[in-house]
Amino acid sequence: MANPLFSARGNLGRTAAAHAILIVYTILALYPVFLILINSVKSRRAIFNDPLALPTAQTFDPIGFQTVLEQGNFLLYFQNSLIVTVASLFFVLLFGAMAAFALAEYRFRGNLLMGLYLALGIMIPIRLGTVAILEIMVAAGLVNTLTSLVLVYTAQGLPLAVFILQEFMRQVSDDLKNAARIDGLSEYRIFFTIALPLVRPAMATVAVFTMIPIWNDLWFPLILAPGEATKTLTLGSQIFLGQYVTDWNAVLAALSLAIIPVVVLYLIFSRQLIRGITKGAVK
Amino acid sequence: MSDRARKRPFRWHIVVFLAPAVLIYTAIMIIPLFGTLNLSLFTRTEDGTRLFVGLQNFQTLFVDPRWSDAFWNATGNNLWFFIIHMLVQNPIGIALAAILSTPKLRFAAFYRTAIFIPAILSFVIVGFVWKLILSPLWGVAPTFMDALGLGDWFAPWLGLEESALTTLALISVWQFVGIPMMLIYAALLSIPDEVLEAAEMDGITGASQFWKIKLPLVLPTVGIISILTFVGNFNAFDLIYVTQGALAGPNFTTDILGSYLFRTFFGFQLQLGDPHMGATVATVMFGIILVGVSIYLFGVQTRLRRYQF
Repeated sequence: MANPLFSARGNLGRTAAAHAILIVYTILALYPVFLILINSVKSRRAIFNDPLALPTAQTFDPIGFQTVLEQGNFLLYFQNSLIVTVASLFFVLLFGAMAAFALAEYRFRGNLLMGLYLALGIMIPIRLGTVAILEIMVAAGLVNTLTSLVLVYTAQGLPLAVFILQEFMRQVSDDLKNAARIDGLSEYRIFFTIALPLVRPAMATVAVFTMIPIWNDLWFPLILAPGEATKTLTLGSQIFLGQYVTDWNAVLAALSLAIIPVVVLYLIFSRQLIRGITKGAVK
Repeated sequence: MSDRARKRPFRWHIVVFLAPAVLIYTAIMIIPLFGTLNLSLFTRTEDGTRLFVGLQNFQTLFVDPRWSDAFWNATGNNLWFFIIHMLVQNPIGIALAAILSTPKLRFAAFYRTAIFIPAILSFVIVGFVWKLILSPLWGVAPTFMDALGLGDWFAPWLGLEESALTTLALISVWQFVGIPMMLIYAALLSIPDEVLEAAEMDGITGASQFWKIKLPLVLPTVGIISILTFVGNFNAFDLIYVTQGALAGPNFTTDILGSYLFRTFFGFQLQLGDPHMGATVATVMFGIILVGVSIYLFGVQTRLRRYQF
């Protein structure tokens, strides 16, 4: 079986075949999302009569968005998600960078063991501790608070952050740090003014990796903070979609509202994310 | 120990740097993890006190038909869920990466970015989008299949006992195929040109170059992808909960360990929640994941040769 696609010497036919496959797959990946977006601004009749058509002046109808904005507390949910994500992200990056710096910079007894201990959490999902986490949060009176979510997500994000940042902290030039030490800078100043700014690109990558699962998580909001005041956008839209399941305009509009901010953010940061995944590999 | 360390009495700054991360991680992740394992050894008596019962909960879970039927059902379903990912998601991901890494391919960045988009969406969005598209009420899927001449093959897959689980697994594959694609793509790019040129000198090009040179070189990455898929699948919950509800219908055919854990722990409808049985299920999941990770670390990873360029 000779598959011409993998040949190193590309000719027109092979390139065309490569593009054809990639275009088909891109359509497969994007079309479902596109379909939801175009139907969210159509009238109920147009949604059912001709789901694949683009909205026109006759079929345009923003009734779904009106329902969502009137019935759902989406602004509040959005705000909760934003607070939880930003706060967790801040702690993961700060504490993760500090720990990574300590592990990469200083030799001390137990260094390797500490690194392994922190790396355990990369493979073992924090969800498995849910029963006891809920007990702890109940005992601490943190159920139905955003604090409980921030704590859980900080713990969840730290292992990978420490692991990745450690590699980058090692690459920070020793000469630079030693020069600073001779100038009398404290270890804290060295961390904040030299190491931290130099690993900023890596921090951005870690930020994107950490952010996506937090923003999208359904499990912990459902268990730790299901109250109306603390619902996140993911949980809020899940419940809204369940309640309005027969109101297609509202469902499609709610989905669109959930999709748009994430995709816009992704398109802004996608280079960072992809560069992070393909770290150093791009020739 | 470095010289500096010997001269200084105690370097407090190391403690300060490590403390916040270690404390939060230990308090919210490690202690609850062991707390959960510990809870699985107890049960609640009628007056509300905790009673140590040893491994009895596990016996109940494995052999008492009231629990074990649902548990083995969920485990089997979870295994199938994982197999579909390994058979569909990872090969497609590898193939896409191989095509993307064609030298001088134009628009590669665009394809990469676009194919990865579903992976950043939440399960709530993905689950509902597919629920709508596959709904016989809306008729998008039947229209499409008609256009392809497959109209008669359409069925409400998510609602049928024999196809619901596979359909959900394929939805999850659709969502996450970008991740193996991206990781393999990165690994393929890091193969030095000299290696490929040498292969070409020996007349190994095209498909045989992929099978004989490139694939063996990226096998460690394939290993990482497999273990990530394994951990992710045996810990999945959201997609099932969003599309089929906590009862994982129809008739529990889409029940996997994550949704079973949720029902056991919280209870649903007539069944009361039981934290101790919930902890037992979580402990079994922990065991499964641990076995998988150990097989990977000691059985697979050490045997895969790593090439340093």
